[in-house]
Amino acid sequence: MSVIFAILFYLATLVLVVGLLSRINLYARTPAPLKIPTTPAPTTRTGVVFRLTREVVFFESLFKANLWTWAMGWLFHASMALVVLRHLRYFTDPVWGWVAFIQPFGIYAGITMLLGLCGLWVRRLFVERIRYISTPSDHLWLVLLIVIAASGLLMQFASHTDVIAVKSYFLGLLHFDIGTLPSDSLLLLHLFLVFALLALFPLSKLLHAPGVFFSPTRNQTDDCREHRHLSAWAGKLESEK
Amino acid sequence: MADITAPAYRTIPIIPALKPGAMEGKGPFIANEKMQEALGFPGQLVDDWHDKAIAKMGDLLGKFRSLRVFMDACVHCGACSDKCHYFIGTQDPKNMPVARQDLLRSVYRRYFTFAGKYFPKLVGARDLTREVLDEWYNYYHQCSECRRCSVFCPYGIDTAEITMAAREILASVGMGQKYSNEIIAKVHKIGNNLGLPEPALVDTLEGLEEDVKEDTGLDIKFPVDVKGAEVLLITPSADFFAEPHIDGLIGYAKVFHASGTSWTLSSMASEGANFGMFIGNYEQLRKIALRIREAALELGVKRIVVGECGHAWRVAYSFWNTLSGVGDGADETDRFAQMLQKQLDHRYRQPTHICEFTWDLIRRDALKFDKSKNDQFVITMHDSCNVARGSRMGDLPGGQFEIPRNIIKAVANNFVEMDPNTTRERTFCCGGGGGLLTDDLMELRVKGALPRMEVLNQAVQEHGVNYMAAICAICKTQFSKIMPVYGFDRKMVGGVHQLVSNAIILGDK
Repeated sequence: MSVIFAILFYLATLVLVVGLLSRINLYARTPAPLKIPTTPAPTTRTGVVFRLTREVVFFESLFKANLWTWAMGWLFHASMALVVLRHLRYFTDPVWGWVAFIQPFGIYAGITMLLGLCGLWVRRLFVERIRYISTPSDHLWLVLLIVIAASGLLMQFASHTDVIAVKSYFLGLLHFDIGTLPSDSLLLLHLFLVFALLALFPLSKLLHAPGVFFSPTRNQTDDCREHRHLSAWAGKLESEK
Repeated sequence: MADITAPAYRTIPIIPALKPGAMEGKGPFIANEKMQEALGFPGQLVDDWHDKAIAKMGDLLGKFRSLRVFMDACVHCGACSDKCHYFIGTQDPKNMPVARQDLLRSVYRRYFTFAGKYFPKLVGARDLTREVLDEWYNYYHQCSECRRCSVFCPYGIDTAEITMAAREILASVGMGQKYSNEIIAKVHKIGNNLGLPEPALVDTLEGLEEDVKEDTGLDIKFPVDVKGAEVLLITPSADFFAEPHIDGLIGYAKVFHASGTSWTLSSMASEGANFGMFIGNYEQLRKIALRIREAALELGVKRIVVGECGHAWRVAYSFWNTLSGVGDGADETDRFAQMLQKQLDHRYRQPTHICEFTWDLIRRDALKFDKSKNDQFVITMHDSCNVARGSRMGDLPGGQFEIPRNIIKAVANNFVEMDPNTTRERTFCCGGGGGLLTDDLMELRVKGALPRMEVLNQAVQEHGVNYMAAICAICKTQFSKIMPVYGFDRKMVGGVHQLVSNAIILGDK
């Protein structure tokens, strides 16, 4: 089992990194021939950095759109960020100071993450409009995340796993040294689903994470009259004339 | 018109229930062979439409980052789902922005993504069939490319970009839209959307000069093709004779007259509108924009001013610099753009919106007004979608909202706002934008205007509003046509410069 999970870990990480980089590369290389920021838009690069920061950290547009979706979505994402950072302790020795500091918050964030996810799923199941636009994969993503969060919380609060052993297993993996992974079924379920999530990330709607940074309506400056914006293929039309 | 009645008003805020299939149908008239071929599209549906359409989609995905990112990024969160005026007005779930996008996204997934190729059911991917193509044609002509959804999307996904791509794919396999393509052909052939040839234009303007003289006793000119004029005015051709547009044109002329600005229209470029944007075809967008460049070079003007027209101003403000070099800041080595930019006077914004032009004069105290001339009006402002969410005026973001309001307040005493959820960046489209201002879509236009009419009615009840100002030729045409259906006077809609025209004090008469 230790070997299988080691392979899964390497495979998932590889697919995530290669997949994400190639997707980001594709986004970056695809030209944006016209200026299409959704206005009012910032007129400077600094302004754009602030706009994107507000979008990524506070979900500004979603806040304008729907308070409930915003509350549940933000709760889920912010909690998950804390939870992921907390998990750095299983990959670092000694544990970094700030990771140790957020440990207690990270634990409770697991609970709020689960709450947020359940809220989002309730919305998807019971709001007519959202149910209409949902595909099976939309539901499955929520189920996947809910099971990941719930299995993690169960290991924390009900059926403890040997975290020391888990940590030494992952520290070993970082040096391509496959140790022994405790074989509780909760832990294996938790890890398997996390690996699945990592591997599916670059193939799925989870691409919204890098996508938001490349969205021309959000990342372009409103300086259309002051600077001529010309992409390579559009420029060629001029030389043909 | 007789068979279309106004839907009932509801209580605001409105979260409509779904009525699946409410707007199913064939969509607007399809362009005939001649109209299609005039624009370089195939005359009718080509035999290998399936492969051609997929190839075109791949081509566009490689050319437009917006489309590329927007196809991947949607998580079906539903933020946009209750934001489209066509959805609110028709309750057809396929008019929810996300559902409209998914009509194309489902096909994208099937042909361009791993998940869609191998697990289509799981991710809602589907083959491109003739039914899908027809569905695209119908529902992508129920989007006015107004960008309201993009304000609320956490990833900034703009359905307008997707609608443009879909229409471009459709036209490229032989399913162009009659209304838009016919108009584009007229622009190239005659110079304007309405097909008004030069002699008729000159005639119309001479008649207008006489009317204005009768009214004011002054020789206010409407010059055409005057070489060496300072300002070239590019305005929607509806301004030349449609009601209430023409009163706006008179307003511009009075402002030019009062400020002593020499100006001219161009018979070659007697049209501000650019329907190339509506059909999502970059080459047409560019070709139509180049007419303005040519006219500016030929007439040797120093400034280019754009009249009241929503999408025209978006194209002018956001795209002209790219398409035709009308703007500033081109590279020294960029000979194409420099040729024009060296001629233009960069003490002024290039291009300038007529509202910016007038407001600058008002701020400098260069215009005098008798505000009481507008006292019969209680005025509100309908922000036109393309101006609101696709452009700017002045130096600060949001100037496109402040400047027209400032002008109204400078020329009139009674101004009130409508529900803030439906103005400024959250404004509703009039229901006729994006190439939908055609009689074969009248039911859609009436229903699409419902959200605006509901809010306007609220303002009428509360404040006695009797004038809704708009700075867009499409808004003006659409509202003056559908407002009577809702029991309002068609003259309730008018331009900002119509109010300017009423109040401006000229000479010493």
